[in-house]
Formats: sequence, structure tokens, C-alpha cells
Amino acid sequence: MNNADELMTSHRQSVLRWQRWQDFFFEKTTLVFALSTLVALTGIIVSLFVSSMPVLQTFGLTFFYTIEWDIINSQFGGLIAIFGTVVTATIAIVIALPLSFGIAVFLTETCPMKLRRPLGTAIELLAAVPSIIYGMFGLFVFAPLFAEYVQPALASTLGQIPVVGILFTGAFNGIGILAAGLILAMMILPFIASVMRDVFEIVPPILKESAYGLGCTTWEVVTKIVLPYTKTGVVGGVMLGLGRALGETMAVTFVIGNAHKLSPSLFSPGNSIASTLANEFGEAEPGLHYASLFALALALFVITLVVLSLAKWMLSRAEAKKGLKT
Amino acid sequence: MNSKPESKETILEVRDLNFYYGAFQGLKHINLNIQKNTVTAFIGPSGCGKSTLLRTLNRMYDLYPGQRAEGEILFDGQNILDPKQDLNLLRSRIGMVFQKPTPFPMSIYDNIAFGVRLYEKLSRSDMDERVEWALQKAAIWDEVKNKLNQSGLSLSGGQQQRLCIARGIAVKPSILLLDEPTSALDPISTGKVEELVHTLKSEYTVVIVTHNMQQAARVSDYTAYMYLGELMEFGETDQIFMKPARQETEDYITGRFG
Amino acid sequence: MSNMDLAIYARRKRVNLIGMVLSMSAMAVGLGFLFWILSVLLLKGFSAIHLSMFLESTPAPGSDGGGLANAIVGSLMIVASCALISTPIGVLAGVYMSEYGDRSRLASITRFVNDIMLSAPSIVIGLFVYAMVVVPSKHFSGWAGTVALTLIAIPVVVRTTENMLKLVPVSLREAAFALGAPKWKVSTSVVLKAARSGVMTGLLLALARVSGETAPLLFTALNNQFFNMDMAKPMANLPVVIFQFAMSPYENWVKLAWGGALLITLTVLALNIIARVVFREKVAA
Repeated sequence: MNNADELMTSHRQSVLRWQRWQDFFFEKTTLVFALSTLVALTGIIVSLFVSSMPVLQTFGLTFFYTIEWDIINSQFGGLIAIFGTVVTATIAIVIALPLSFGIAVFLTETCPMKLRRPLGTAIELLAAVPSIIYGMFGLFVFAPLFAEYVQPALASTLGQIPVVGILFTGAFNGIGILAAGLILAMMILPFIASVMRDVFEIVPPILKESAYGLGCTTWEVVTKIVLPYTKTGVVGGVMLGLGRALGETMAVTFVIGNAHKLSPSLFSPGNSIASTLANEFGEAEPGLHYASLFALALALFVITLVVLSLAKWMLSRAEAKKGLKT
Repeated sequence: MNSKPESKETILEVRDLNFYYGAFQGLKHINLNIQKNTVTAFIGPSGCGKSTLLRTLNRMYDLYPGQRAEGEILFDGQNILDPKQDLNLLRSRIGMVFQKPTPFPMSIYDNIAFGVRLYEKLSRSDMDERVEWALQKAAIWDEVKNKLNQSGLSLSGGQQQRLCIARGIAVKPSILLLDEPTSALDPISTGKVEELVHTLKSEYTVVIVTHNMQQAARVSDYTAYMYLGELMEFGETDQIFMKPARQETEDYITGRFG
Repeated sequence: MSNMDLAIYARRKRVNLIGMVLSMSAMAVGLGFLFWILSVLLLKGFSAIHLSMFLESTPAPGSDGGGLANAIVGSLMIVASCALISTPIGVLAGVYMSEYGDRSRLASITRFVNDIMLSAPSIVIGLFVYAMVVVPSKHFSGWAGTVALTLIAIPVVVRTTENMLKLVPVSLREAAFALGAPKWKVSTSVVLKAARSGVMTGLLLALARVSGETAPLLFTALNNQFFNMDMAKPMANLPVVIFQFAMSPYENWVKLAWGGALLITLTVLALNIIARVVFREKVAA
């Protein structure tokens, strides 16, 4: 009953040939698809560069630190928008960071086991809410409350301190750089909290148990064991949040005020790169205005690229640690 | 169980086989012949290289870079270690069943038909026959004949393993390699699989790796004792177990070390 | 214990208590936001929801009534075509990364870039598609919007597919190879099939993500005041309509914006929840 002789029939031969061709075709096709993101990235950088050429030729690199946005006279400088982007993102991180940390600590240490999954899911669902919702919320609900209660309070307390006080001067509009930063904070809060929680969960339970076994309090375990162990991952997660905050459009555009002014006060309206693009790209005439917008987009893309690369690098170092230490 | 095998023809010749995991040498100068229509067992303590040797016979190691074999393994006169050897074809003629049952995520029928469909074009009724034949041979037909459309994962562990054996048989290979097929099974399923191995021998050649010496003694005609990558002794099972030629073999058999 | 120990211990306990209370308050703040936003959304959006929202198209500036029909249909069409394109590309790319690209340098670079594109600013992607598709074709179109959303969805699908495929045990692959199956068949009929619920989850999550994106559609699909099912023309879509209406002075526009916002949020949350349930069921099985 040995079928060795049957097996090398010409049918099998042709099956093998067909298989080899199928394998080749499949591998190459999937490879091409896998390269699509690489191609997209390069394409984006090149196209942004090409479209912003006129501006780079006219103004050179000074574009990126000039405070100017005169559409009528074709004088453009990117500093207002860059400033707005960086400041709102910074405010967002400064506020979201401690809150996310608190949430991550709660979810991994204090929370009763039964509640861990639902609460964790609630945070993740919050991260899924589209940013335009945050924008609308900011404009219609948050801004009026902000103008009526928070801004006067800030002006009368922190606004009275010399030097720092200048940050809190100006009209109480409810919109502006600070408001945009706060809405942005609400938006990236669940995201950073999730990443931090995932990073905290990498810590081997044995490590924590040895600390508890020595009589450490929960706070001490977190600050002395968990944080040092996960610090690369935590920084990576924060930078990932920063990358998102820098590029965010809708949450910011509604409340930032759309003003091409640079002012030391956080209460004043301003602009971020994304909000400038959202508000002006629709009506930009080809020419320097159009090219300036692309130059801004290029700046934003490069900044986020750098931040995200750093974040990714740090997170992969944290992952590698998991492999080594467990 | 172990009737004296008549002189059989050699189906697989291993000549001076050396195997490397990177810089580490896993097999050293292995020479042995597998006889057609017999059951050969590879035994030895953990890490002796028995699974490694088994996996060279169908070039399964080829999936992993850094693992390489040197020497010759002749199957039907051809050296299967030749880089020009078509691996898919080889594996359709030398089948393997693994330690953990691995049913595919499809129906029981499709599990069996999967391998057959690769190389043969059968009509629906011919395929039905082949599936039934394979499941009968694996002694599992009665248990699954009414649920051929259910997922392979719905069976118990012992049944899944018999399904995998049926799957291996369905493509009618010349040789069937079994890598510790019962180590994950309960005693009753183990018994069924051992019976199965015995009946398979009349049509197939079986090579089985086992860490259970009694199992080797029960099912095999020939036994190879391996230790630290070397083939210590090879011969008829009765002789190995009752009158081993080497002291090392005797030490292992009598349980002087694990 | 001496008095010294007791004092230090009391301080440590106090610090711990403060820390725990703070972390619990952070959680409360986070949950508070969630409920605040969702309840505002429900309150303001609910009043806008009635049959006419689904049947009538967007009203002209200043005119009364109207609905979101064209925007809803437009969004459905754009997201659906995005799903049709990004699914095969993303899944097959994920198959490559998991089954073929395990050790190559090219694959690790691709993985890195892919993860960066996951978080890249979506408005920049919109501008890119504008320059690449809208300018040469000289008009805005639903297709341009689809391309923009596809560029955002693909990295998500690739990542989840690769992760899910890597979870499939090696022994399953070996068993298929042992039967003489060619690699492409092992990858699709066995491995991909074994991971299919995880891959589905990834697809649903990608869909949820692009359903809510506004910025990439702003300068690609643009908007359309009328009901239009021709993808080659500018297409109304919920996010851009919401953006336009919310910032406007017309009351009915603002109300419709809230209604649309509620619709989008419910859809996105539903997709997320379904994705989680699907995955959990498979893991339990």
C-alpha cells in the first residue's frame, strides 16, 4: 500500500510548481502592502516640502521664528502658530500627567479587583470619544463656565503674583490658550492613563510582593519600585500623549480663539498650527498664503515625528526590559 | 506485541548526521537505518536529541534560521538534506504528529481534507470516502461520524490527538513521525493511540519519540537509545530491553538515571 | 517599637493616605469628565433627534428645520469604502509582518514607521491627500476623503493584525507545514483563520477611530449641502457638518450639530464595545 510511486506523478509536479508560484506571489503582494505606510510617510514629507517651497525660498528658515501673519500683504511667519501649538500641548501635559498617574496608580493598586475591568474600560472608552466632541463641549459648556468662575479666580489669585501674574491677565472670554490647553488635557488624559496603566502592569508581581512583604506602604511601592522599573515606559507614554496633543485639531480649534497674536497672557486668544490650518486652508489662494500653510504643516509633522519616534523608542526599551526581567 | 520482524527493506538511511543549533551541536555522527513497515522508537533522557533527530527526518528545523544539519539522509535513494529538495513534497510523504494536539480552526471534515486537498483533486464522494477511511484508521470514526461539521476544537484532548493522527494518515505518507504523541494524554487515550500505532505498521513506517520506556517496549520493533546527542545503541526492541549491549543503555533502562 | 519608629511610621502612613486619596480623586475626576461630557451630549443631542434628522438633508443658512440625512449617508459611504480598501491592505500587511518579516530589518523599520503613523496629526494627512488627489483632479470628492481615512486606518489594522497573528502558537503552523502545505496556505487558511476574531476586533477599532475623524475630511471630501451619492463629487459627512454648524450663529444649525455629535459618539462607543465583546467571547471559548 505504499504510495511512493504514485506520489511523483506529473500531477504532483505541476501542483508543486503552482505552489511555488503562489508562495512567491503571496509574499511579494503582502510585502508591497506592508511597505505602504513607509511609502505614505515618505510621500507626506516630500509633498509637504514641495508645496512649501515658495515660502522657504522667499523667507528661508526665518519663517519659523517670525511673528507675522499678514494675509493681505503676504507677510508670513510661523512663530504664532508654533507657539500656540507648543504652549497648549505643554499645558495639556502638565495637567494631564499627574491626573493620569493618579488614575494608573488607582487602577493597578488601590482599585478593588471587581471594579478594575469596568473602570479601566470606562477610561478606554473616554479615549475613544472623537475629538470634535471635546471641541463642542469646550465651546458650549466649558468656555462659559471657565469665563464666569475659573478665570476671575485665577486672575485674583495667581494673577496677583508678580512675574507669574502676567500669564493671567486680560479679558475673561472663556476661550484662549489656557482654555484650549485644558480641553486638550481632558482629551489626552484617558490616553496617557491607559498607556501608563499598561506599563505599570508589566512590573512582575513578585517584585511588588517583596516590597509589600518588607512592610512598604502602597505609595512607597509605587514610587520606589514601580516607577523606577517603568520609568522609560512612563516617559514614552507621556511623549506619546504629547505627540497626540501637538497634532490635535478639533479639540483646540473650537476654543483657541483663532487670533494671529502673540501675547504673554494665557487668557488671550491665539492659534495653533492645526487650528490655523483648519480655519484658513479652505480659503487660501495659491501663493504665499497657501505655501505658508504647508510650511506650518511641515513644521508640525516634523515636530510630531521627532516626539513620536522618541516615544516609540522609549516604549520599546520598556518592552525589552519585560523580556529580560521576567 | 513485538514479534520477530522478518528482514525488511530499509526505507530511511541516516548517514553521519550532525545537527547544530547555532554553535551548539545537538546531534553527533548519527548513523541508523529505519526499516519499512516497522515501528522504531527513539528513547533517551531529556535533551538527548531524540526530538531533534525526528525533526531532521522531515526537515521541520528548516523553518528556523540558525538550525542546520550536515550529513545525509537517504529516502528512496534521494538525499533529503539536499538544498534542492522540495520541502513541501517531502513533508507530504513524511508526515508528523506533534506532542500537543493541534487541530486546525475548521470542521473535523475540513481538518482531514486540508492535507488531501493540497495535492490531490478528489470528487466530493471520493473525499468523503477518504475522510471516513482516515478517521476509521485512527479509531475515531464512531465518535465523530455524526459531527463531521463541528469544529475540530470541540473534541476532547485524546480525540483531538487521534484527529491529528487521522489527518496525518489521510495524505497517505510513506512514513509517519510521532513526537511524544501521548505525553499530553490521559491513560485511556494513550492506550488507544498505542493500539493505533500497532495497526498502522502494516501499511506505514512509524518512527516514534517517547520519554516513556515502557511505551517504547510495548509498541516498537526497533529502539534507538540516545544520550547527549549521540546514538548509543540501536537494535531490535526485545534485545535492547533484555540484553543491552552497552552499559550506558542498561543504566538508562534500569532507571539508574532519568 | 520605640517612639522614633512610631513617628516615622505615622508619617509614612500619612503620606500613603494622601497619595491614595489623590489617586482616587484623579480617578473620580476622570470618571467625572466622562459622565459630564456624555450627559451634556445626551441632553443637548437628544432634543435634536427625531425622524426628520434622518430623512431631510442639511438646511441652507438661515432656513428652518432640516436634517442630517446627506451627512449620515455620506459618512456611511466614505467610512464603508475606507473599510473595503484598508481591510485587505492592512490585514495582508499584518500577515507579512508576522509571518514573513519576523527577522528582517525592513520589517522592524516598517513596524516603527507604522506605529508613528498611528499617532500622526490627521490634519496633515488631510493636506497631503489634498495635494495628491484633490489638486490633480481639480475638485473635492468623496474618494479623496476615503483615501485620507484609509491612510489613518491602515496603521491601526496592521498593528492589531500582526499582534493577533503572533499570538497563534507555533505548533499550529508546524502542524500545517508538516502536511506539506505551502507557506501562503499556512498563513491564510490556518494562522489567519485561528486569529480571526482578534483581527476582526482590530478592524472594528480602526473603523471606530476613523468614524470620528474630522480634520482629514475638511479638505478632501469637503462638504455638500445637498444629498449626493456620487463619490466623485464633494460629499457631506457628519464631522465636517458638525464643525461647520457648531461654529455658526443659527440656532437650528447648532441643534443639528449636537444631534450629529450624539450620533457619532454613540456609533463610536458601540463599535468599541462590540469589538471588546467579540474578542472576549473568543478568548473565553
